[in-house]
Amino acid sequence: MFQLSLESLFAFWAGKMLIKLARWTGHGGTSLSGKWARRLSPTILRELSRQCRHGVICVTGTNGKTTTSSLLASMLGQAGFTVLHNRSGANLIFGITTAFIARARWNGRLDCDYGLIEVDEATMPQAVREMPVTAVLVTNVFRDQLDRYGELDTTVAYIDRGVRELGPGAVLALNADDPRVAAIGSSRSDLDRVYFGIDCRAVAQAELTAAADARRCANCGNEFEYSSIYYAHLGDYICPACHYRRPEPTVALSGLAQETFRLSHLAIKTPNGSFEAILTLPGLYNAYNALAAAALAWRLGVAASAIVRALGVAGSVFGRTEEIPVGDRNLFMVLIKNPTGANEVLRTLLAQETGRTWVIAINDRFADGEDVSWLWDVDFECLAGAGPERIIVSGIRAEDMAVRLKYAGVPVERIAVENELARALDAGLAQVSPGETLVVLPTYTCMLELRELVAQRGYARRYWEV
Amino acid sequence: MGYSLRICHLYPDLMNLYGDRGNVMVLRQRALWRGIGVEIINVSLGDRTDLAECDIIFVGGGQDKEQSLICHDFRMVKGSSLAEAIEADAAVLAICGGYQLLGQKYLTHTGEEMPGLGVIDVWTRGGTRRLIGNVVIQSDLDGSDQTLVGFENHSGQTFLGSGVRPLGRVISGNGNNGQDRTEGAVYRNTVGTYLHGSLLPKNPWLADWLLTQALQRKYGEVELAALDDELEESAHRAALRRAGSQ
Repeated sequence: MFQLSLESLFAFWAGKMLIKLARWTGHGGTSLSGKWARRLSPTILRELSRQCRHGVICVTGTNGKTTTSSLLASMLGQAGFTVLHNRSGANLIFGITTAFIARARWNGRLDCDYGLIEVDEATMPQAVREMPVTAVLVTNVFRDQLDRYGELDTTVAYIDRGVRELGPGAVLALNADDPRVAAIGSSRSDLDRVYFGIDCRAVAQAELTAAADARRCANCGNEFEYSSIYYAHLGDYICPACHYRRPEPTVALSGLAQETFRLSHLAIKTPNGSFEAILTLPGLYNAYNALAAAALAWRLGVAASAIVRALGVAGSVFGRTEEIPVGDRNLFMVLIKNPTGANEVLRTLLAQETGRTWVIAINDRFADGEDVSWLWDVDFECLAGAGPERIIVSGIRAEDMAVRLKYAGVPVERIAVENELARALDAGLAQVSPGETLVVLPTYTCMLELRELVAQRGYARRYWEV
Repeated sequence: MGYSLRICHLYPDLMNLYGDRGNVMVLRQRALWRGIGVEIINVSLGDRTDLAECDIIFVGGGQDKEQSLICHDFRMVKGSSLAEAIEADAAVLAICGGYQLLGQKYLTHTGEEMPGLGVIDVWTRGGTRRLIGNVVIQSDLDGSDQTLVGFENHSGQTFLGSGVRPLGRVISGNGNNGQDRTEGAVYRNTVGTYLHGSLLPKNPWLADWLLTQALQRKYGEVELAALDDELEESAHRAALRRAGSQ
C-alpha cells in the first residue's frame, strides 16, 4: 500500500504540510519543506526517487541548467512520458527533496516515468548517491560563484565525483565543445556517452573573450589551438602537445540562423538522420541548450518530431528570459549571473538593438555569489558607444555596477544609481514610452524580488504557479 | 612635456580569475583622464619582455593549476628583470597568487615546499580552510589614514618577515592569515595583497598612489590632478556598509 517506511511517511506528511503552509502564507519557499523532511527522515529522497520508472536524469553545469532541463522535460512530455521536474530552479539537495514531496500523492506514491532534476554542480555527488540516476547531462563549466566553490577545477571535480558513482550503462551527455566537460568521466568506459557540439563555422567568433576559462589543456597545460570558437572557450580545439582534442559530436548543430530576436532556425544532425526546428528562444547560448536537450532526448529514444514540437513551443523559462506586459509597456527580463552568460546576453541584446532604457540590478547575497568581482570580467565596454541611452543601476551593489560602467567608458550622465529595486523599476518604466520595452538585467535574488514586485502590481503570476 | 606610463599586465590570460583585470582598466583610465599617455603590454608564458623597462607591473590571482603552470616561468623567465624592477622602485601591485609568488616560499599543506621569487620578505603556508568574504582594512600607505575594501578568497596563509610592513590592519575579514590582523605587504613601491573586488575601482586612492609613485620615479616631483570620484567613493562606502552588516 505505502511506498515509504513509516518514518519517511511522517517526514513526507510534515513536508507536504509545510508546502501548503508556505503557499497559503504567500511565501514561495521552495527548500524549507525538503530541509525539515530530511531532518525527520534522512532517507526520504531515496525512497521517493526510487519510484521513478525509468530512473532520474540529472542536468548540471554552470549555465543553461534550467533552460536545458525545461526543454528536455518538454521533449519527454511530447513523447508521452510523465516527468517530475524541479522547475522553479531550486537545485540544491533541499529543493530537490521538496520537488519530490510536492509531486507525490498523500500516500507517498509517485507516478512518473522520469525524474528530471536540475542539480547544482556541488550537489552532484550527493544527488547521484541518493537517487537512481540513469542519465547525466553536463551543459558547460564557466567561472561562476567561485566564492562558493573556490575554483573552477573544484567545480569540475564535484561533477566528476558524481559521474564516477553512476551505475553501469548510465547515459552521459557531454558538451564536446567544452574541453573540461568533454573529459568528465573519462575513467568510466562502461558509460553510454553522447557528445553534443556545434559543427557550423558560420556562427564562430573571431577571437577568445576575456572570460574564456579553459584555454589550456587539462592534461598537459599547453594552450589549445582552436579551429573555431563559438563563445567563451567553447569551440573546436586541439592540444598541440598531447593531441587531446574535441571528441566528434554524436549529435551536432549543423546550421543556425537567427530569424528574429526570439526565433532561430536550427539544423540538428544525429547518427540516424538530420532534422530542422524552429527555436523560440534568443541567442547562441539557447541554441546550445536546445542542442544539449535534443542530444539526450534522442539517446533516450524520443522521436525527432517530438523534439521539434518541444523546441517550437519553448517560449521561455521562469526567470531566465521573460517578457511581461506591464500596462501599455513591456518588461523584458534576463538573468545575469556570471561573465560568460552576461556577455552572451549583452551580445544578443545589442545585435537586436533592444531597449533604450535598461535596469541592471546587482545583489551580493549567497545565491547571487557574494563576490561581485565578476562584473569586471564582463565586457560592458560594448555599451560605451552603442547600447541604451540610459542605464539605471540598482540592488545592494548598485554602486559597484555604476563604477564598472564608468570605467567601461559609459558616460556618467547615462548612469543613474537607485538602490531600491521598486524605485528603479518605476524610474525605468517612467522612461519608456507606451509600446516600448524596458530591459532589466538582474542577478538571481534581484530577479526574485522584481518578480514579486511585478506580481504585487498584478502583472505576472507568482513563480510557484508557473 | 607629456607624461606617459608603460603598464605591464603579467599573465593576463592565466592569472585573472576574480576580475583582477579591473585593476589594469582603472590604472589606464585614471591616467588617460589626466592626459597621461598609457601603453599596456600583456606579458605571458615564455615572453622575455624586460620588466625593468616598465613603470607599473600588475599580476593577479589564478587557480592552483594555473599558478603551478606559471610558477617556473615566473622565477626563471621573469624573475631577474622583475626583481630588478622592484628594487629600482617600480610601482608593482600583486594580488593573491601573484602576491604569494613574490614571497620566499610556499609550503603546501602536505609539506611540500615550493620556492617563490624571494624578492619580498613574506612566506605562505597552504591552509585547509578557505578564507572567503568581504574585507575592510585600515592603511597609512599614502601618509594619511585610509580604508581599503575588497573581497578575499584564498586558502594560503601568508606571514610577514621583518623586511616588509603590512599594507594595513584588518578591521573586518581575515587578511594575510586570519591570525595576526595584518593584510598585505609593502616593500619599496611594491604592494602585495589578497584583496580582489576588483581592488582599485573601489579604492581610487590606491590607484592614484601607484600612478604617483610611477610618475615621480620617472619624472621627479609630480602632482596628480584631482578627478571626480563620486561614484567610486559611493561604491567604497557601500562596501564598508556591506562588510559591517555581515
